[in-house]
Amino acid sequence: MLCAGTGCVSNKSFKIKEVLEKELKKQNLQDEVLVVMTGCNGFCALGPVMVVKPDGFFYQQLQEDDIPHLVEEHFLKGRPVKKLMYTPPEEKEPIPKMMEIGFFAHQRLIALKNRGLIDPENIDEYIARDGYKALAKVLTKMAPLEVIEEVKKSSLRGRGGAGFPTGLKWELCRKVKPKSKKQNTKYIICNADEGDPGAFMDRSIIESDPHGVLEGMIIGAYAIGANNGYIYIRAEYPLAMERLELAIKQAEDYGLLGENIFDTGFNFDIKIQKGAGAFVCGEETSLMASIEGRPPEPRQRPPFPVQSGLWGMPTNINNVETWATVPSIINRGAEWFASIGTEKSKGTKVFSLVGKINNTGLVEVPMGTTLREIIYDIGGGIPDGKEFKAVQTGGPSGGCIPKEMLDLPIDYERLAEVGSIMGSGGMIVLDEDSCMVDIAKYFLQFTNDESCGKCNSCREGSEALLEILDKISNGKGEEGDIEFLEELGQAIKDASLCGLGQTLPNPVLSTLRHFRDEYEQHIKHKKCPAGVCKALVQYFVDEEKCTGCMLCAKNCPQDAITGKRKEPHTIDQDKCIKCNMCYEVCKFNAIQRK
Amino acid sequence: MPRIKIEDLDKISKKVKRTVILREGAGRAKITVHMGTCGISAGAREIMSTLLAEIEKKSIKDIILTTSGCAGLCSKEPMATVELKGEAPVKYIELTPGKIKKIFNEHVLGGKIVKDYALAKGSERVF
Repeated sequence: MLCAGTGCVSNKSFKIKEVLEKELKKQNLQDEVLVVMTGCNGFCALGPVMVVKPDGFFYQQLQEDDIPHLVEEHFLKGRPVKKLMYTPPEEKEPIPKMMEIGFFAHQRLIALKNRGLIDPENIDEYIARDGYKALAKVLTKMAPLEVIEEVKKSSLRGRGGAGFPTGLKWELCRKVKPKSKKQNTKYIICNADEGDPGAFMDRSIIESDPHGVLEGMIIGAYAIGANNGYIYIRAEYPLAMERLELAIKQAEDYGLLGENIFDTGFNFDIKIQKGAGAFVCGEETSLMASIEGRPPEPRQRPPFPVQSGLWGMPTNINNVETWATVPSIINRGAEWFASIGTEKSKGTKVFSLVGKINNTGLVEVPMGTTLREIIYDIGGGIPDGKEFKAVQTGGPSGGCIPKEMLDLPIDYERLAEVGSIMGSGGMIVLDEDSCMVDIAKYFLQFTNDESCGKCNSCREGSEALLEILDKISNGKGEEGDIEFLEELGQAIKDASLCGLGQTLPNPVLSTLRHFRDEYEQHIKHKKCPAGVCKALVQYFVDEEKCTGCMLCAKNCPQDAITGKRKEPHTIDQDKCIKCNMCYEVCKFNAIQRK
Repeated sequence: MPRIKIEDLDKISKKVKRTVILREGAGRAKITVHMGTCGISAGAREIMSTLLAEIEKKSIKDIILTTSGCAGLCSKEPMATVELKGEAPVKYIELTPGKIKKIFNEHVLGGKIVKDYALAKGSERVF
C-alpha cells in the first residue's frame, strides 16, 4: 500500500508505483502482489511511505532506485530491506489523521489537487508540483491530434453541466476549415460565469490554483489550433479575478503565454472578460454575444460555437473545472482517468455542499459516489438532529432528489433519470423544515428575474408558473393547478431557445414528481406540512409543554402573546404576523405550527 | 522575470523546494493560512496579521509564513496548516487571533500540538 496523500505525491509516489509495478512484472509477481494507493497515514515527512501487508512492514523515503532491490529482496526472496524500514514512534499527542476525518477521507482530488497546498499567487510553487509539465509534454512530444485522441480516450465530459464529451468538442472545432486565408482565427473560451445560487466550485478552483486552468487552456488551444483565448468571469469574484490576472501576467513573463511558447513556435494569449453577473451569460451563445459587446441574448444553434462562434470564428468553450482537469489527464494518461468513475461518467466531480448540512464546503469525489456518502460521510449529516428531506442539485436548472433516492450513485445519466441534472455542481441540502413548494418558488423567482426576455415561453412562462406557485402557497390553490403546472412546464421546455428556458421548469417538475402529496396538501387541505408558507400556518402554544417562562411573550414584536408567569400562554391569531420569532426562542418546543 | 525553457521547470522546482519545502532544508516550520474568499470573510486576514506581528515581535527568521486557497471545509474557516520540520502537517480550524497566538507559541515554537484547536494531521488524497 503506497501513500497517495498530497505530501507523498509531491515526493513522487506515483512514479514509485510505476517502477514498482514494472519490477513486480519483471519478477513475474504481478498476480501475487497488488499495489494499492491509499490515503495519508500521517507520516508525510518521511514520504513516500509504503506499508506491505499482511505483515505491516513500513518503508519510508522511497526513491526510484531503491525499488528493484526492494522487490527482489522482499517480494521475491522474502527478506525485508532493513535500511528502508521505519518503526513509527508511539504518538505523544494523538490527534486524528486526515483520513479519519470523514470530510476528507472520501474525497479524491484531481481538479483541486493543489488546494490548500500552494500559494496561488506564485507560479513557481505551481511548477514545483509538476505544473506546466503537461504543457511541455504536449508541445514537444505530442501532435495536436494525439492530444485530442488522449482527451477523447479519457472520456472527460464537460463539467459545466451538460456533460458533452470534451475531446469530441475539441475535434469538431479543430476540423472546421478556416473561412479564408485572412479569416483563419479560432478561439477558445473558459466559462467562469458561475451563477447558480449556492455554487462556488469554479471560483474556488481559480482562487486555489489559477495556473491549472491556464495550463489546461493552453493545452486545449494547441490541440484545437487556436491562438486567442478568453476567460469570461463574473465581476463579483474579485479575489478569483485578481489571482487570475496575476497568474496570466506571471505566465506571460515566463513565456508560457504569448508568442513562441517554449520555443516551439506556438502562439497563444489569454484575455479576461469581466461579466456583469447576468445568469444567462453562462449560456455559451449569450456569453459570446457579451464578449462581442452585444446584449447577452442566446441565439439558435446550429450553428454551434465550434462552427461559428466568437465574431463568426470557430470557438471552443469549456468550463473552469474541465480545463483544470486537462493537465492531470496529460500527465497521468487517459487510461488512468478513465479507470475512475462509472460506465459513462469518468473521473471526479467537484461539488459545493451547502444548505442544511454540518460540513459546508467544497468536495471532490469520484463519479458514482452516492448521495448518502456525500451528505452523511462527507457532509456530516443534518444539523440539530433534523431529518434529511431532499437535495437540490444543478442549481435553478436542476431538481430535487428525495431521501428515498439517497443511495443513487451520482453521474450525468442517473441524475437525469430522476429529473435533475449534474449542472456545474451545486448541491443544496434541505431538511424537514423546507417546503418544496417554497423551494420551487425560490428557484423560479431566480430564473424569472434572470430570463433575458428573448423567448416568450421563458419570459411569460416563468411569470405564469410563479403566479400559480404563489397562489398555491397563499392557500388559493385550486383543483387542476398541478396539471396546469406540468403542462405549462413542458411547453416552456419545448419552446425555449436556450438552456435557461429549457430547464427553468425543472425545480417545479421535479418537486411535483417526488413531492406531489405536498402540493396536494397545500391545494386540497390548505396546509403547509413544513410550516413555511405563512398563509397556511397558524402558531399555537402546546399547553402541556409550555412552562410559562414568558420568553416568547417578551420577544413577540406584535405583543400577540399573553399569559401569566408559570401558566400556559396563548397567541392572539388576529395580531400574529407569523414572524416565527416565538418558535425560534422557545426552549421547550411548546410553539407549534399547524 | 525572463522567459523560461522546458529544462527550467525542474530548476524552478528545485529552487522552490529549497525555499518553501521544509524537508529540503528551508526553515524549521511552515504556517499556511488558507485565504480563499471563504477564509477571508471568516477572518483569515486577521489571523495573518496576528502571525506577522508575532514573527516580527520575536524577530524570527526561519519560519515560513505563506498563504493558500480554500482548504475545502468552508464552515470551519478560518483555517491554518502548521508543519514542523520532520513532522506531518496539522490543520487547525475555527481560528481567532487568540487561538493562533497560542498555536504559534506552543506548537510552532514549542513543538507541542494544540489539541483543542486541531482538526487532524496529515494530508489529503489525490488520485
